[in-house]
Amino acid sequence: MEWGGEVIEFHLDARSGVAPYMQLIRQVRHALRLGVLNEGDKLPTVKEVVARVAINPNTVSKAYRELEYEGLVTARPGLGTFVTRTLGGDSLSKHEPLRQGLARWLTEAREAGLDDESIEALFLSSFRAFSEARG
Amino acid sequence: MTSALIADALTKRYGRRSALKDCTLDIPAGHVVGLVGPNGAGKSTLLQLACGLLDPTAGRIEVLGARPVSGSPRVGFVAQDTPVYAGLTVADHLRMGAHLNPSWDAVLAERRIAQVGLDPAQKAGKLSGGQRAQLALTVAAAKRPHLLLLDEPVAALDPLARRNFLQGLMELTAEQGMSIVMSSHLVADLERVCDHLIVLVASRVRVAGDVDDLLATHHRLVGRRRDTADLGAGRALVEQSHTEVQSTLVVRSTAPIVDPSWQVDRLDLEDIVLAYMSGATGDGPDRVLEGQR
Repeated sequence: MEWGGEVIEFHLDARSGVAPYMQLIRQVRHALRLGVLNEGDKLPTVKEVVARVAINPNTVSKAYRELEYEGLVTARPGLGTFVTRTLGGDSLSKHEPLRQGLARWLTEAREAGLDDESIEALFLSSFRAFSEARG
Repeated sequence: MTSALIADALTKRYGRRSALKDCTLDIPAGHVVGLVGPNGAGKSTLLQLACGLLDPTAGRIEVLGARPVSGSPRVGFVAQDTPVYAGLTVADHLRMGAHLNPSWDAVLAERRIAQVGLDPAQKAGKLSGGQRAQLALTVAAAKRPHLLLLDEPVAALDPLARRNFLQGLMELTAEQGMSIVMSSHLVADLERVCDHLIVLVASRVRVAGDVDDLLATHHRLVGRRRDTADLGAGRALVEQSHTEVQSTLVVRSTAPIVDPSWQVDRLDLEDIVLAYMSGATGDGPDRVLEGQR
């Protein structure tokens, strides 16, 4: 089965522990960041998504509402949901200096005697605490 | 919030054996609700009481604001193992559905039969399990019910047939906006298709809530062994296990847990369900095993 037209395809990772609606949001954001989706592109309709992914319609609506709230898409009644803004662009140019900063930090962590697993655990727990503190 | 189904001290006994005892719950309308619990928790009995196939021994049940009546056009029911009439053809099933149901949607029924690739002239007894399930779902949905009850609809299907069935079910939900209550042991499936979940253990609701909330508020904490008496305000202990040196807890908490002495992990829905099943009334391990069967 093919998706109609040039739309993105959603999928679901059941073991991730991430709420399904959040997985959809991340996939749209990811597609925007990578330039797979551009301004004016249409998202698949709720019915198309549920018939394909076997997922609750309210989950799709909730994800689309959230994306609309973030100003990334807009719903046009009877027509569908359209991308209004792209992501990335300017932030992409900031990747390289950040990558270098991270590499420096990794070197420091290794020199302090941490192995790969400890580094990963430290990064994940700090990242989680940071995101949760910011809501 | 209106209710699709309300049970109040609902009890069903067969002689001295209780199939459902003192069950009290409130299932919201407009959702796809998953009903999980170990075998013998009373799920099938509850669904059969809800569609009027059984009468309660005691207590009260209300479906869409009224006492359930068998054959109500507002309630559709797909029984366990999706029974069909083996000697009748697919087309016969649709004719019978049209004859028995004033609200029958013939266009929907024929479109779905074509969409899932069923031959109208085929005898239902010759259909595969997946095709039989699709036929049963089509007949139930073409009644245009406000509430569709499904008892373990996909338990016997292979993964592909199961996915196809759930795709069809979700498409119907998106089109018609009906409320759905389905029981299943396959929590991974429920996590996809349900937006509300009820865990029923020994007739009691152990937890009920929106799936997104359940996922966001449950955490597994692992740390040095300690007393779990004071977890702090707003935190409820769901399950705990201890070794001499380590404590592992499943905790429900609306606020994030930032205590660095715990390693905090997310749980998927299956872990949450299992925690509630085994956390229930002492004799944990047996119930977990039963739930996984």
